[in-house]
Amino acid sequence: MARFRLEVNGRRSEVDVAPETPLVWVLRDHLELTGTKFGCGISQCGACTVHVDGQPQRSCQLPVSTMEGKAITTIEGLAPGRLNALQQAWIAEEVPQCGYCQSGQLMSASALLDANADPSEEEIEVWMSGNICRCGTYNRIKRAIGRAVETDR
Amino acid sequence: MTTGEKRGVSRRAFLATTGIAGVGLVLGFRLPGVRELVGWGGEAASPFGPNAWLSIMADGRVTIMVDEMEMGQGVMTAMPMIVAEELDVAWEAVSIEYGPLDPSSWPRGISTGGSTSTRTGWDPLRTVGAQAREMLKEAAAQQWEVSAAECTTRDGTVFHAASSREVGYGDLVELAATLPVPEEPPFKDPSEYRILGRRIPRVDTPAKVDGSKVFGYDLKVPGGRVAVLERSPVFGGTLTGYDGAGAEASPGVRSVVQISNGVAVVADDTWSALKGREQLSTEWDEGALASLSTESLDARLRELAEGEAAEARSDGNVAGALSGAAQRLEAEYQVPYLAHATMEPMNCTAWVKDDGTVEVWAPTQAATASQQTAAEAAGVAVDRVTIHSIPMGGGFGRRSHTDFVREAVEVSKAVGEPVKLMWTREDDMRGGQYRPTALHRFRAGLGSDGMPVAWEHRVVAPSIFYQFGPGALDRANGVDGDAVSGARQLPYEIPNVHVDYVRLDVEVPLWFWRSVGHSHNGFTTEAFIDELAHAAGADPMEYRARLLQDHARNLGALERVAEAANWGSTLPEGMARGIAVHESFGTFIGQVVEVSMDRGRLKVHKVYVAVDCGQTINPDTIEAQMDSNVAYGLSAALWGKLDFAKGRVVQSNFHDYNVVRMGDMPKVETHIIQSSERPGGIGEPGLPPFAGALTNAVFALTGKRIRQLPIGEQLADV
Repeated sequence: MARFRLEVNGRRSEVDVAPETPLVWVLRDHLELTGTKFGCGISQCGACTVHVDGQPQRSCQLPVSTMEGKAITTIEGLAPGRLNALQQAWIAEEVPQCGYCQSGQLMSASALLDANADPSEEEIEVWMSGNICRCGTYNRIKRAIGRAVETDR
Repeated sequence: MTTGEKRGVSRRAFLATTGIAGVGLVLGFRLPGVRELVGWGGEAASPFGPNAWLSIMADGRVTIMVDEMEMGQGVMTAMPMIVAEELDVAWEAVSIEYGPLDPSSWPRGISTGGSTSTRTGWDPLRTVGAQAREMLKEAAAQQWEVSAAECTTRDGTVFHAASSREVGYGDLVELAATLPVPEEPPFKDPSEYRILGRRIPRVDTPAKVDGSKVFGYDLKVPGGRVAVLERSPVFGGTLTGYDGAGAEASPGVRSVVQISNGVAVVADDTWSALKGREQLSTEWDEGALASLSTESLDARLRELAEGEAAEARSDGNVAGALSGAAQRLEAEYQVPYLAHATMEPMNCTAWVKDDGTVEVWAPTQAATASQQTAAEAAGVAVDRVTIHSIPMGGGFGRRSHTDFVREAVEVSKAVGEPVKLMWTREDDMRGGQYRPTALHRFRAGLGSDGMPVAWEHRVVAPSIFYQFGPGALDRANGVDGDAVSGARQLPYEIPNVHVDYVRLDVEVPLWFWRSVGHSHNGFTTEAFIDELAHAAGADPMEYRARLLQDHARNLGALERVAEAANWGSTLPEGMARGIAVHESFGTFIGQVVEVSMDRGRLKVHKVYVAVDCGQTINPDTIEAQMDSNVAYGLSAALWGKLDFAKGRVVQSNFHDYNVVRMGDMPKVETHIIQSSERPGGIGEPGLPPFAGALTNAVFALTGKRIRQLPIGEQLADV
């Protein structure tokens, strides 16, 4: 075990864990931030997507030892205390079914709009291809992203 | 509309805000009131609760208990909509409570599957609402000294037009609670509906966009541990020995304990448990399935197909009609074992306490069975077990099994602490409870007019129901009613029909997978009837329509989808369409799928769906479920397959069990057929016709008939 200082959602904290512990488990088990989900553990499903220094990353692949000095954002920190345009669009389009993958979907979509304020349908599909939804909410996710783009325009 | 989660009045709110701060607090949280209601866990006593599902407070607040389990299909919204409609209250006034804590004392078994929630809930829930409405009306009438027949209701208020008086439900609850409960209250006429048929936003959506929704995987009971389990690498294997020293020495590991089906590593947190499990060494007698392979299974299926079969349906004389037919067709279809692969892997939190009570937090489709399993595993009476039903990160049938509940309870019992038993994705993929493989053999004869005179369909498959004992099969003649569901009810008017079944006995654990037997019978029957249409030189839609003249709802769904898809019109170069229609779970679905090929890669552009599910509860949810069935069915049709080698499941995670991603998802255009028939299911019926419509489209485009799923690489050379 070793101590690591992390900055998550703008808040600093210290955890005492094995250095190779993936960030997803540190967030969930040690920082009580369970909005970030575990789905596969091998970077295939995107349920654990967080932002690291603004970039979307699969937190199941990030050893905590490499996370010091980086700004980590989880779904809980996406728009604290309010809902951003994407989250509002998610509600307006009634996107979630079971809801389990949606944190990861939102974190990926949010990073997409940060990188490209007006993505084409194909750009959305390519960017979002790393996020699996077994309930099949993809078409509504696409619509919600489009709605958020319109809102922000 | 408020859910308990947001409003802060319910036990669930307590769970959400405290992260389950302890059972005493949870159970100690009570609403003010005078009498306790069965099944409400002692918290929801109220002045007026004419039945277990409903309570109305003196301030007019209405709380409706949802006893169907939420896995994304929308029951948490749809069930209260039915009650609220008949009760005649404003939707915004309704609060929702989820999951009775003591299923054994609940008026009906709690199990959600088979697309039954609306079908079986329709009458009881309408009755619940109507009973209360009539009692409140009667209370007002007595108060005003008028006849109840002169009173009307709307939005939680009783009106007496003649005297221009009105009174809110809340002011009537005290008197209403003293009145007899009417056994057969009148129902509203559908023309008066103000909630049913409306696009009511789902009550559980807000918590699913900000990360606050607590799933089973997220639960943390204070003082609780995390456990992972090493199971037999082969189904049916027996543990012959293990060395837990390495695991016990691993950081964060608290203990290593043997339970009935493996060795559990119990740790302070998930990563410690997983690392500890890597240090565990186990030895197994792999048992009868040690040499099982996909090839040996296939050979066995084909061998059985030649033997004796149990009759599931027999009309007329198929053999005679076949021999006299102008044209004969034969085809063999096959589907593989499939995993459910819910996004949230299996898990359960359990606490077997020193005082002989058991607390279980289960993401379950089956609260009643979970309670029974937990009681059995803990060795206590059923009413000593409290079940906290947790909405699921996907179900698709998988979570009506309670294997994960048993494991969690056994581990907690062994260590004497609260334990969250977690499955990894690999545990989940390889942990059994699969959709069974099935081999289908068809023979058909056509008359000189091209129309079928004989249809013979043999299904060879392992039996889900035989796992419960031979008594679970039909009339002891050996038919698994599920294995032939949708096959023996073939709706097409054919004078000679024979459907039979051969059971393959192999101890791979099977379970209900979205639409169950319909998932392969819908595919194979709709593909083979397409073969007949082509052999007859007929249009596949018109051919079906001619055979469905006496089946108005099948025909209605077929014609509606054909119209929606502009069937018969010319598609752009390189595209083709296929059609299918199938009834399951009380709902009739027609689908048209449009496809193209690009260098060996199949592209599914659009799916038209016509759905006749009787009375519409929530159209938005129906559309969502049609999307969902298409996505689930497309994953299975394109890639879904579990293989066996040396007794082991080959696939393990999403890299080799490929599922549909956003770019693979077709547009889905759903048309709901307005109907006043009783509601049918919607969680599953969209799946069975899909693979048929898809492969029929592939045939129309390429001339290649797909008879084996998944499609996989079968189109690589097209």
